[in-house]
Amino acid sequence: MDVSMTVNGNPVSGDVEPRTLLVHFIRENLHLTGTHVGCETGYCGACTVHLDGKPVKSCTVFAVQAEGATITTIEGLASNGELHPVQEGFWERHGLQCGYCTPGMIMSAAALLTENPNPSEDEIRHGIEGNLCRCTGYHNIVKAVEYAGARIRGEEPPAPDWEEAH
Amino acid sequence: MATTSVMGGSVRRREDPALIQGTGTYTDDLQPVGLLHVAFTRSPIAHGKITSLGTSEAKLMPGVIAVFTHDDVAHLGPLVAQVPIGKLRPLLAAGEVNHVGEAVAMVVAENRYQAQDAADAIDVDYDVLPAVIDLKQAASNEVKVHDELDSNILHTWTYHGYWEALGLEDQTPQVDAAMERDDAVVVTLEMTNQRLIPVAIEPRAVMSEYNKGYGTFTVHSSTQVPHALAGAIATNLGVAVSDVRVIALEVGGGFGCKLNVYNDEILVAWASRELGHPVKWTETRREASGSTIHGRGWIGTATLVGTKEGEFLGYKLDAIADMGAYTQNFTVAIPLLGLWIASGQYKMPVGWKVDCVVTHTMTTDAYRGAGRPEAIYYLERIIDAFAHEIGMDPFEVRKKNFWQPEEFPATMGCGFALDSGSYEAAVDELIRVSDYTGMRQRQEEARAEGRLVGIGVGSYVEVCGFGPAVLAEIGFSWSSYGLPASFNGSGQVRVNPDGTATVIIGTGPTGQGHETTWAQIVGDGLGIPVENIKVYHGDTRDHPMGVGTFGSRSIAVDGAATHGATQKIKEKAAKIAAHLLEASAEDIVFADGGAHVAGSPDKSVEWAAIAKSAYQAHTLPEGLESGLEAETTFSPGNATWPFGTHLALVEVDAETGDVELLEYHAVDDCGHVVNPMIVGGQVHGGIAQGIGQAMFEDAIYDEAGNMLTGSLLDYPLPTAADLPMFDLHRTVTPTDVNPMGVKGIGEAGTIGSAHTIVNAVVDALTPLGVKHIDMPVRPKRVWQAMQEARV
Repeated sequence: MDVSMTVNGNPVSGDVEPRTLLVHFIRENLHLTGTHVGCETGYCGACTVHLDGKPVKSCTVFAVQAEGATITTIEGLASNGELHPVQEGFWERHGLQCGYCTPGMIMSAAALLTENPNPSEDEIRHGIEGNLCRCTGYHNIVKAVEYAGARIRGEEPPAPDWEEAH
Repeated sequence: MATTSVMGGSVRRREDPALIQGTGTYTDDLQPVGLLHVAFTRSPIAHGKITSLGTSEAKLMPGVIAVFTHDDVAHLGPLVAQVPIGKLRPLLAAGEVNHVGEAVAMVVAENRYQAQDAADAIDVDYDVLPAVIDLKQAASNEVKVHDELDSNILHTWTYHGYWEALGLEDQTPQVDAAMERDDAVVVTLEMTNQRLIPVAIEPRAVMSEYNKGYGTFTVHSSTQVPHALAGAIATNLGVAVSDVRVIALEVGGGFGCKLNVYNDEILVAWASRELGHPVKWTETRREASGSTIHGRGWIGTATLVGTKEGEFLGYKLDAIADMGAYTQNFTVAIPLLGLWIASGQYKMPVGWKVDCVVTHTMTTDAYRGAGRPEAIYYLERIIDAFAHEIGMDPFEVRKKNFWQPEEFPATMGCGFALDSGSYEAAVDELIRVSDYTGMRQRQEEARAEGRLVGIGVGSYVEVCGFGPAVLAEIGFSWSSYGLPASFNGSGQVRVNPDGTATVIIGTGPTGQGHETTWAQIVGDGLGIPVENIKVYHGDTRDHPMGVGTFGSRSIAVDGAATHGATQKIKEKAAKIAAHLLEASAEDIVFADGGAHVAGSPDKSVEWAAIAKSAYQAHTLPEGLESGLEAETTFSPGNATWPFGTHLALVEVDAETGDVELLEYHAVDDCGHVVNPMIVGGQVHGGIAQGIGQAMFEDAIYDEAGNMLTGSLLDYPLPTAADLPMFDLHRTVTPTDVNPMGVKGIGEAGTIGSAHTIVNAVVDALTPLGVKHIDMPVRPKRVWQAMQEARV
C-alpha cells in the first residue's frame, strides 16, 4: 500500500507492505541509513527518530502508522550546515566509540533537552535509559548531554574530565 | 615556533563527524543493485538427528531465489578454525543439530521479509536426543556430546604442562605442601563465572559480491579480522586468498565476538558466486544467541593458602570451561590466555587446571578479556575471602604479596615475564583518590544504622599485546586460514607529494579511535599536522599483513610498527631536507609542519617542499631513491602486562536484596598514553561490561538446552540509569617491549571490575555471615544468600 510522510523536511512516499517497519522504510526505501537496527524487541533504541516532535523507536512503528507524519532522522538534525548542540556535545566530550547506538542516542537526548533544557545527571540517565550503549559505559554520553544543555542555555559547558584537550 | 607534541593529547576524534551525522557506513547499510537477502532456518532443539528437511514449499514462495542445505555445501568442508581441537562446525547442519540456533537451511530471497517468511516455512523434523548442558555432567563423560569424540573433555590446560617445550615445573606439590603447614590458613570457594552474550549493538552482517570475469570476491563484513576472514573464505571455497578482498567498514562494536570467522560469512560468499548476485545476511538480535559466539562459562574451585600474617603461600584453581558444541577460531585457546595471569600481581606458586568441555550449546570464544577476566575473578575473589578470614585489610594483604618494582621483569611459574609494574603505587593512589579511610568510616556509621554498605577492592594484571612471534608455534597465527604470519604488527606510512601523509594499518577497530590515535603517532614523529594525516584500515587489498584487532594488541603491536615506519620516513626525509637546506642530516629537526636546522629555526623547509623533492628524482641527493614511503613490521619479544586496582562502594537493600552501585574508582596503568580521552573511554566501557557480568547478565540454557535469554528483554545490559560516573586515575609505568612504552587498555577495565563488585557485595553482607554470592548479584540471589546466612 501507498504511504506518504515528510522526512527531514522533504515529502516522501513509497509502496510498502502493511507489516513494513518504519525503520526499514527509512533505511531501505529512503536510503537514510543513519537510523540503525540493533534488536527487534524495541529495547535498544538505536532506531530512535522524531515522529511529530516526539522520540519514537522506529522498529516498533509500522511505516503505515506514520502516514502524514513529520519525521526527523539523524540526517536531518543539523540545520543550515551547523551541528545540533547534542551532536557537538558528543564530538567534544567523546560521547561515542563505535557510533552504532549514537544516532538513536542523539535523537533521544535532543528530545530530552527540548523538554528539559537543564536536566540533572540523574534526569539525563533516566531520560536516555531506553537507549543502550555497549561501548562507553554512558559516562561520556552524560557529559556530552550536559555540554549540549549548557550550549542550548547559552552557558559555558563544564570542562572535560581528561587531560587538556588539543 | 613552539612545538606541540600530540602524543598524550586528547585530540578530538576524526571518526566522529560522520558517525554523529549518520553518514558512517555499516555493512547492513550497503544496498547494491540486485542485492539478495539471506535468512536462516535454525534448530529449535539442542541435540537431535534431522529426520526430514522439506524445502520445496519454501522454494516456491514469493521472491525466493534459492534454498540451500548441507548437501549443497558439504563439499566445502566444515568451517575452518584457527585452533581446530574438537568438532568443527558444518557450514549447515549435517544431518544432526548440536545446539539451539544451529543453522539448518539458508534461504536467499529478494527482500528480508520474504527471506524470513520462507525460512519460517521450511519443514524440519527432528529425533530429539538428550542434551548435555551441565558442565560437571559433561566433564564426567556419562553422556557423550559428540559420537565421534572419545571424550567431552577436548583439552586440559595446566599451569606447567601447557607448552612442553618450556619444561616448566609443576608447582602443585609446593602448594599442597604449604597447605599441610601448621601455620597455614586455607580458604576455598566454588564459584561460577557465568556464560555471557557479548551483544555488540550492531548485529553481525556480511555482504558478498562475486565478479565472474575476474573470479574475485569482494566481501564486506562486520568483522574485527578482515584478513583472517579473507583467508578463511579462500580456504573453505578453495580459491586463492588474493582473489578474496574483505572490507570492514564501520563496525558497531565487537568486544571479541567479531574476532571470529563464521559459517554465515563463508556461506554468503559462496552464495554470491553460485547465484551471480550480491548477497547479504544481517543477524537478528534473537538469532544472535545461536549465531554469534558467547563468552566465559566456567565453573571452578579456587583455593588460597597463606599465613595469618597475610603472606600467600600458594594458589590453586580447578575449573571446567564450557566450549559449546562446536569449535571455532580460538575457542579452546581462551583459557590459556587466563593461565598466563593465573598468579595475578602476586609472587607465589600456582597449581592451575582447566578442562575444556563440549556441551550442546552455542560456541564460546573471545569476549572482552577472553580468559583473563575469568582467571582474575577466581584469584581475586579467593584473595578477598582470605583477607576476610584473617581479618586483614584487602589493600594491605595485596600489597604484602605484590611483585616489587625492582623485581621486574618478573618471570612467573608459567614461563612468561611481567614486563614492568608498580603495583603498590597504583594501590596507594587508589587509596588516596577514593578517600578509602573516609569511606570505611562512613561504612561503620552506616552499619551502626543497620545499613548494608560494602566496599570492594579488586586488583588485576592483564596480558595483552599479542604477540611474540614464538607463540605461532602454539597456534597464535592465522595459519589455519592459509595466512602463516604470526601476530606481528605492521604499518605503512607514506608522505604524499603534497606533504600530507597516508597511513595504512592492518587493525580492525570497532570504536577504539585508531584513525585519530595513529594520526597522533605519525604526526608526533614527523611534525605533520594531524589534520593532514589520513589513516586507513579494514581493507585487505590495501594492506597485506593485517592481523586485526583483539587481545588489546593494536597500539602495542601495530602502533609500534607504525612508529617504526615513521622513524624510517624521518631518516630519509632528513636527508632530503638536509640537501634542500645545505645542512647535515643529523642536524635536522621535524616540527610544525616542516623541518629546520637545530638551533636555526629560520633555516627551514615545509613538508610540502620535502615531499615535492622526494617525488622529483633529479632534486634528490646522490644515491637516494625517489618516494617517501615505509612499511615496517614489529615482532614484540613479550606480551605487555597492564595492571591496576579498582574499588567499588555498594549498598544492599536489606529487604529486597537490590544492589546499588554508589561509587566506582579505578587506577589503571597501561604505560604511556597517546590519547587520554580515548584511553579513558576504553576503561569506562570495559568497567561497564565487568559490572554487566557482576550485576546483570547471564546467558542461561535450561536442562533441555533451550536458550532462555535470547532477547534483550531477558538479557539485561546495563542502562545509563544503572551505572554511576567512573572516577578514573592513572599511573604510568612504561614497558620496554615496544619503543613507545605502551601496553594496551581495551580489555583492562573488564578484567578489573567483576570481582571488585562481588567483593563489595560480599563485604556488605559479611556482618550477616555471607561468604560468597555467584554472579550476577541480582536481587533475588542476594536476598536468598541473606536468608540462608541468617539460618
